[in-house]
Amino acid sequence: MNGFSLLFQDAWQWWIFVVAALTCVACGTLGSFLVLRRMSLMGDAISHAVLPGLVLAFVFTGSLHGGVMLAGAFVAGLITTWLIQTLERSGTVAADAGMGVVFTSLFALGVVLIAIFTQGKVDLDVDCVLQGSLSTITIQTVSILGWDIPRAAVTLGGALLANLAFIILFWKELQVSSFDAGFAAALGLRPNVLHYLLMAMTAMTAVAAFEAVGSILVIAMLIVPGATAQLLTDRLKVLVPAAGLIGLLTAFCGVKLSLTPPFNQAEPAALAAVCAGGIYALTVLFAPHYGIAVRWWERSAQALRILCEDLLAMFYRIEELAPSKRIGTGEALQALGGGWLAWMAVWSLRRRNQINFTEGGWQLTTTGRQSAKHLIRSHRLWESWLVRYLGLPPDHVHAPAERMEHFIGGQLAEQLRAEVGELQQDPHGKAIPQ
Amino acid sequence: MTTVTATVLLGTTCLGAAAGLVGTWAVLRRRALTGDLISHAALPGLCAAFWLSGERNYAWMMCGAMVSGLLSVLLVTFLSRQARIHHDAALGIVLSVFFALGIVFLSFIQRSASLGDKSAGLLNFSLGQAANLGSSDVLWIGGVGLAALAIILVCYKEFTAFSFDPEYARALGLPILRLDLLMMGCLAAVAVVGIKGVGVLLSPALLIIPAATARFWTERLAVMLILAALFGAAAGGLGTLLTAGDWHAPADWPWLARFERLPTGPVIVLAAAFGFGLSILIAPQRGLLGQQWRQFSLRQRIARENLLRALFELQENQPATANTYLSEEALMATRAWRPVDLRRLLRAAVARRDLEPTGQGFRFSAQGWQNAVNITRAHRLWELYLISGANIAQDHVDRDADGVEHLLPPELLDELEADLRVAGRWPADAAPLPHSPHELSVTLSGLGSAPRAGEPPSRDSQLPAEAVASRGEQ
Repeated sequence: MNGFSLLFQDAWQWWIFVVAALTCVACGTLGSFLVLRRMSLMGDAISHAVLPGLVLAFVFTGSLHGGVMLAGAFVAGLITTWLIQTLERSGTVAADAGMGVVFTSLFALGVVLIAIFTQGKVDLDVDCVLQGSLSTITIQTVSILGWDIPRAAVTLGGALLANLAFIILFWKELQVSSFDAGFAAALGLRPNVLHYLLMAMTAMTAVAAFEAVGSILVIAMLIVPGATAQLLTDRLKVLVPAAGLIGLLTAFCGVKLSLTPPFNQAEPAALAAVCAGGIYALTVLFAPHYGIAVRWWERSAQALRILCEDLLAMFYRIEELAPSKRIGTGEALQALGGGWLAWMAVWSLRRRNQINFTEGGWQLTTTGRQSAKHLIRSHRLWESWLVRYLGLPPDHVHAPAERMEHFIGGQLAEQLRAEVGELQQDPHGKAIPQ
Repeated sequence: MTTVTATVLLGTTCLGAAAGLVGTWAVLRRRALTGDLISHAALPGLCAAFWLSGERNYAWMMCGAMVSGLLSVLLVTFLSRQARIHHDAALGIVLSVFFALGIVFLSFIQRSASLGDKSAGLLNFSLGQAANLGSSDVLWIGGVGLAALAIILVCYKEFTAFSFDPEYARALGLPILRLDLLMMGCLAAVAVVGIKGVGVLLSPALLIIPAATARFWTERLAVMLILAALFGAAAGGLGTLLTAGDWHAPADWPWLARFERLPTGPVIVLAAAFGFGLSILIAPQRGLLGQQWRQFSLRQRIARENLLRALFELQENQPATANTYLSEEALMATRAWRPVDLRRLLRAAVARRDLEPTGQGFRFSAQGWQNAVNITRAHRLWELYLISGANIAQDHVDRDADGVEHLLPPELLDELEADLRVAGRWPADAAPLPHSPHELSVTLSGLGSAPRAGEPPSRDSQLPAEAVASRGEQ
């Protein structure tokens, strides 16, 4: 066994993977611009609406050759884009309704054209356009330099190269017009021409991918990698390659899954789309900055820290007033407003050895008292500063200080100390700890 | 017509009407593509219900489809709120991934030993099979349609407030979330019962197109609902009749026979699309032809009024007001006319009897004089208003007033005049209208005028007609 057979068992499996990967990468890189430009559904609309273009190209030339189909798709994509834009600009139809009308009508037209021209002898099958068939795609091969290469791999490789060339050639234009179409127009970059070009490229990519993944799943390949990458980065230069990589991962997972029982009964393209959804779902939850679970975790950690600090400060204040007083668990929890976070706060202070349970209640330990002192110092310095420099009345400064105390670091505290001068007491007459 | 055709006809008509009813709300709320989402996302629910129940139980499958359809709507809402993604991208993602999941389920079902042979009809989900609609399907469609109608009637007021102004509805204390779910539930139910008839891919078409068509014909919600239902029913009926060959003798209408082999669902959609295309052209208020016509006539009117004012101002300061002979050449200097346009305008003005051709040029008729006075009065009133009311410099008001003068209603002008009189800014010598507050760029000073008896009011004329003629030769 060599490295070639490590991931997939034979050439057939490899070719399925290669075709899937070419599809996903070609769609993912181009699709990230669709997502960025808020035109995701144009991908949906166009991949449906190119059907009549394909049928007419077939009818006029009588061939199912890739080039003819791509040309048909190109023209149909342009016409669809024009129709949708014209409807939107006419101001008589809402944008989404106009899009819905155009693509469903064109799709219906395509189905009817197929029924008229093929008369049952279907070579151009609707179901084939809709679902594609990744597993049988390797049957038709062409011979290049003595290698038998699946025809779809050649078509999709071409589509990928065309997309990459388009993105690299028009990088600047795409970048500017995606973020600020008005500025692009002012620079003379013709954002509208670029819009049509992008749509035509989308149509061609969609058609190249039909054979492999079908017209509905291609939307998943177009949109999902870009949307996933958008959760992971804020830089366009990273986003596009990342979308390509995610496409690659999607293809790998989908094909690998389709070779694993019990999933080997299912179509690899559908599995790849489901994998894309799975990867997206994981990213939505766990993306470093924007993940929902990650944000929830960060918020909870912050809330916990604040609760812990509030609790420490409370113990310190009570100790100031009545050194021998002990606070029971119930009282402590109640003071924090209850809830599971309050439990966590008490538990984590105990674990960090900042409070301990003695003589029927909780009491600060030496380390706890030290941290509490820092907090109280920040709190009272901030109160003094507010009174001195903002002229707030003393009875208005506690609440803001209660919020600020958690975010005043050592350096800021020193600066405050210097600015309030030799003050020993806060506006309420309490000593400011040193 | 056979019973089969009658059943199918009833089914597609009811489906079209129901889709038009529920689609109207979606289109109004700019959520038209939610129908697309629901019908794609219904697939995994449909298949899962079939898989779990192990039989082709229509009710179970519809419930499954409803559940996954509504789940997809909730998921899209959640994603677009929480996941830093636009609504449309969220919609595309959920739609395609749910559909893929459905295809995976479907392939399990097809290849499973116990279910495979029962699943035959399930494969036609993509385009539907209207021709196979049975009486139970029609009952389902009718039931769902009636339920949707009942819900719309009961919640009409709430739906209206919610669709047009969700914030207002919230402020009224309406249960927004439940209303949204109810509306989406109606949409999902109709989309789901439509799947068997027109398929996953075209069911959204029936939800969107009739409603979008109805929008062209009315500005009133109740009328729009009725029209959408009618258009939907008409599309369903027309598509079915075109593709069902058994209600007419082929010899009578040979062209009809061509439609018979076509799939019913797409033809229904094309019938609806045809209605849409027709409406976008010919609808009186919002149709493109009507709009073009209104724009054209507005442009015509503006050009006509510009001509009249230019003529008026040319000879205003002449001793012989309104009786000057006006030539094309003098007019050319007043505005950036193209000679062709100016000649056309003059011809049109003569045809409308605003001007009368004389040997050397043109002069106002009584009616044309009045029109010219009116439009110039509008222009100057607005100029005076801008100067006194908005503190705009005298030499800046001409252009502003030039754009607005054609659109000022007479009551507003009277009000402006009254205000100016009250403020004491109405020029004492203004009869019938004030002089221009700024210098006119071109006047006929030094040019000739000729006498004319009777209307319009004339003063003496001193200059001989030869002066005008010589001007014309320059």
